[in-house]
Amino acid sequence: MATVEKDANTELIKGIWRDNPVFVQVLGMCPMLAVTNSAVNALTMGAATLFVLVASSFIVSLLRKVIPKTVRLSCYIIIIATFVTIADFTLQAFVPLVHKELGAFVPLIVANCMILGRQEAFASRNTPKLAVFDALGMALGFMLALLSLGCIREILGSGSLFGFSLFGENFEPWVVMLLPPGGFITLGFLLLFFNWLKFRKEQSGSTVKPPGNNAAEAK
Amino acid sequence: MNKDPKLLVQAPPLLRQQLTTPSAMRDVIYALCPIIFASCLLFGSSALLILLVTVAGAVITEYLFPLNGKRGESLHDGSAVLTGLILALTLPPSLPLWIAFLGGVASIALGKLVWGGLGQNLFNPALVGRAFLMASFPTAMTTWSTEDLKQGFFDIQSSNFALPLMQGQIDGITAATPLGQMKFEQQATAFDQLFWGNTTGSLGETSAALIILAAVFLLWRRIFDWRIPASILLTVAAFSSLFYFYDPVRFPDPLFTLLSGGLLFGVIFMASDPVSSPLTTKGTWLFGIGIGVLVVLIRLFGGFPEGVMYAILLMNAATPLIDRISQPTVFGHGRSATHSRHTP
Repeated sequence: MATVEKDANTELIKGIWRDNPVFVQVLGMCPMLAVTNSAVNALTMGAATLFVLVASSFIVSLLRKVIPKTVRLSCYIIIIATFVTIADFTLQAFVPLVHKELGAFVPLIVANCMILGRQEAFASRNTPKLAVFDALGMALGFMLALLSLGCIREILGSGSLFGFSLFGENFEPWVVMLLPPGGFITLGFLLLFFNWLKFRKEQSGSTVKPPGNNAAEAK
Repeated sequence: MNKDPKLLVQAPPLLRQQLTTPSAMRDVIYALCPIIFASCLLFGSSALLILLVTVAGAVITEYLFPLNGKRGESLHDGSAVLTGLILALTLPPSLPLWIAFLGGVASIALGKLVWGGLGQNLFNPALVGRAFLMASFPTAMTTWSTEDLKQGFFDIQSSNFALPLMQGQIDGITAATPLGQMKFEQQATAFDQLFWGNTTGSLGETSAALIILAAVFLLWRRIFDWRIPASILLTVAAFSSLFYFYDPVRFPDPLFTLLSGGLLFGVIFMASDPVSSPLTTKGTWLFGIGIGVLVVLIRLFGGFPEGVMYAILLMNAATPLIDRISQPTVFGHGRSATHSRHTP
């Protein structure tokens, strides 16, 4: 890896698709399941996470030569917590209703394993420019995942999208979609879909069909 | 027959008779035939349509996502059809058809395929489908209409034809099932109505007589372990008698508890599912007692009038645990081998 020339574009794209934090790395499941009962909540959460991730990746990358290895995790957490506080107060000031619905999950961004993971795995070893692009890609990938889950759950659970009613008065809401099981079921199906896509790609890439449980995995 | 307990072979009866999966499934479908026929007579063509659509949902899902081998191969054992039929018989007659279809899809996809197919599922697939519908559409799943029973054979309720994603507008006014009447109005339904099935309720659950007939047939064919229904029904009878003798005004009598709602149907067709019930004799009794206690507790003290579905699903979840603690002593070993860690 170290010998390969890293360029900003690949770092940006990999987070959105190939290394998508949710569908490929299965990180950040807590906000993923908890706040995606409507598209607006999902989008707000995604935006807050994007801000926190990009800003803290930048700072961590700047300070990567100053932070002692032994206390690096606590340093990252303090930096992340600073930006989470900023995001929390900003949301409270400008979109108080959404902030109220997100509840504890805005402060909990600090514990999002995806954010700490990026600091440890990328920002602390790369230049600020690359770190920002990596963070942007990861955050956009996270946002995309949140949004797809939020849209599916809002459409089925309340028959609307971003608050606009889609099906009129007589819509029969799928109550379960707004509840935690709906989050798990939708996420499960999305993971299934992405694994299936990956499997298809691997199948078409190699002519030799790998034996064993690959066939079972794909379904 | 050898009565030596050390040589007792503990396996479900179907192994003793060397039945195949398809023939067992076929026998259960035969047992369901009178119930299906009666539900069509009672609830009109609405029942027939719901049955067809639910089975279609189950079969199409099974066909589209083959776990191994060719498409459609896994349909030959008849389990998808059976799951669809059993699920349909637990649905209310006025349910919109698109919901019934979705139920069939959910029971196969969430109840069977995600676990790895027939034999791997922890829960009874039909009940998973029903639980999914109950959690998704609680109103539609518990709406019973006065029109349900007044249908001629060729009348179909208009709510069946609600467009996908839309609510069904039921004809007539809503009515309560015998259990609902008991729970909310303390009004018991007459014994003969419960026995012959002339009451509101899900398609297949109303007639105790036909379900008992089916049970006798299945027991004769040795499709399921008699201990499961016996232990559940005995527990329900005993446990509900306890409450009835404590306060006969507030609590229903045991006979009503046994005959009303989905208890008999659930016990015969869902709890005794060989895949999701324990394998050992002792475990089977524990399983049945657990279901019986939960049914009575949910019915008498829970928020829902009916608790058979949740009772069976909860005990399904406990099945691996029950199997583990009820392992028989290994032949040739002392008692210390009973709790061997090498349980499957």
